[in-house]
Amino acid sequence: MGRKILFITTDQQRFDALGCNGGLIARTPNIDALAAHGINYNRAHPQNVVCMPSRSTMITGQHVSTHGVWMNGVPLPVDAPSVASTLHDAGYKTALIGKAHFEPFLDPFLRFAENQLAAAGTHSLIEDGYLHRGFDHMESAAHGGMGTFHYAQWLMKNHPEAVPMYYRVLDMELQVSALGGTNTGAPQAHINNIPREWYHTDWVADRAIAWLESLDPDADWFCWVSFPDPHHPWDPPASELHRVNWRDVDLPVGFPVDRAQREAILDAKPAQWRKWYDGDFVSNYEAPRRWVPNTLTEDQVREINALTHIENELIDEAVGRLMKHVESRGWGADTDVLFSTDHGEFQGDFGLLFKGPYHVDALMRVPLIWRPAPSAGVDPATVTAPVGHVSLAATFCEIAGLPQPAYVEAPRLPVNDEDARSLGHERVLTEWDSVLFGKIVGLRTICRDGWVATACLPGSLHNGTEGELYNLANDPLQQINLWDDSAYRSTREDLLADMWDSLPTPDAVRRECDAPV
Amino acid sequence: MGTVRRHIYIDAPVDVVWDIVGAPDRLHEWFPIDSCEVVGNKRWINLPSGLRFEEDIVTLDHDLRRFQYAIVNNMIVTHHLATVDVIADGADRCIVIYATDIEPEPMGLVIIGAAGSGLKKLQSMFSPVNGVS
Repeated sequence: MGRKILFITTDQQRFDALGCNGGLIARTPNIDALAAHGINYNRAHPQNVVCMPSRSTMITGQHVSTHGVWMNGVPLPVDAPSVASTLHDAGYKTALIGKAHFEPFLDPFLRFAENQLAAAGTHSLIEDGYLHRGFDHMESAAHGGMGTFHYAQWLMKNHPEAVPMYYRVLDMELQVSALGGTNTGAPQAHINNIPREWYHTDWVADRAIAWLESLDPDADWFCWVSFPDPHHPWDPPASELHRVNWRDVDLPVGFPVDRAQREAILDAKPAQWRKWYDGDFVSNYEAPRRWVPNTLTEDQVREINALTHIENELIDEAVGRLMKHVESRGWGADTDVLFSTDHGEFQGDFGLLFKGPYHVDALMRVPLIWRPAPSAGVDPATVTAPVGHVSLAATFCEIAGLPQPAYVEAPRLPVNDEDARSLGHERVLTEWDSVLFGKIVGLRTICRDGWVATACLPGSLHNGTEGELYNLANDPLQQINLWDDSAYRSTREDLLADMWDSLPTPDAVRRECDAPV
Repeated sequence: MGTVRRHIYIDAPVDVVWDIVGAPDRLHEWFPIDSCEVVGNKRWINLPSGLRFEEDIVTLDHDLRRFQYAIVNNMIVTHHLATVDVIADGADRCIVIYATDIEPEPMGLVIIGAAGSGLKKLQSMFSPVNGVS
């Protein structure tokens, strides 16, 4: 009997969402306990700041340039490497419960397995003799009660009256809706009268517990529990709104209250920042096209933060239930738990919401915690070295006692900073590419030695000379762009040279984008 | 307006490929739909998700080898024109080009994703293994 792996992810969650990372509002004792007894990574970055590319990195152990899922809507090929397949081949029972999103959501032609499974009433699919993505069991959910997912079908069958209680994410033009349903008018904020026990966070935990319950006590297992929250829409069950009164929430430190100061900060960054803020350039589908960030009010920022904190508390309580169940099955000592998210969220930083081609901590610095199985005897630690999701696949294999697969591009996560040095965790890379009906934006970013450097690739707004350079110690909010400061020219050039040397070479032919999301 | 395009080369004579592409009632043989019905200049297509689209056949030009159709009477799609061209590239090879202009824009990506899948299927139908002749 080997070590079991519980991999818990959220969607669009900031580093500072958790108490263990300095969060002061949402109470997250269960996740904090994982950090206290495990390894908390202080500088973990995703390899892309939207869902599909980031999740594809998690499952393949590859950078975006290698797996080729460069934006939401680009499907991960069915024959792409999968650490779940590697574990399955080694005898592990494997499941993914919640949001997968390796394939597009918007799929009326039902071309993709993730969307076919629930429609067919099944939980696994054999393609060309292989289990889809290596999972024995896939049970899907997304951000509401509609769509081709198991949760949506369950809700429609058992509680159809609850389906329209959720916020309607897309408008009639299939754009991400800019409407708000609360007093502040904040986009994608909504009062959801769904009973808590029917909400997707609790459903995901319920289904994960049911799958774990179905396993033989001696089984080795890999269970990826993927909560759709706190990704917008911000519509937690109304019964839970008492937890955080938005009127009591302080504005985030990253939200410059003075409009002139806010706009001066944006003006010192590459053009995509201010142009989006003013509604002049919407480069990607991940934020409402008709919402103009410069209309964001302080009350809207407070409310969205409050709703997010509430969603984070519900996730933490679901994590507590999962951990309790693992203990009840007698697996506590032999279960590794890894917790992370796919990317962050502005939540008001710089006067912005949602996400896009903006490589700063709000979107790039993510929670990452590894609570090794107590039986492994690994000491708790805080790791300050830069690490990325690209190391997750190798880590899962290490836990399972398997050699590092040839397909992964990074070593396992370190257990402390000394281990990080010996494994070569010196830098972490993040890529962005978006092409939306002729609007082209590309970014390449390196984080190393306490610096973040981002190069803008030639595109609709950039000629290839623009970029961002931040000193994380002196400027933790990344408000002072040093890119054009001659005093830091050599630092910039050194970082960029390292970045170009370290990035994998992408395929000559870019994969096609098959859906907006 | 969303404007999108895909193309694929097929190792088969242009007339052979056009026999399929230029037959509106054979769409289900290569496009990822369940079925279709053609009555005069009208076509209805049935998607695997259960959606049903009504279309007007705008152009069916066997000389130009151009097929055009438009989704109509649809709650979401307010404007649409799709054009499929089959063009000879020598005696035994041709190129199939599928282009769509559509409103709302996001629907263009969904349609062209399906079209890309359809074009690959069409190509595979003429591969030496599956060879349609």
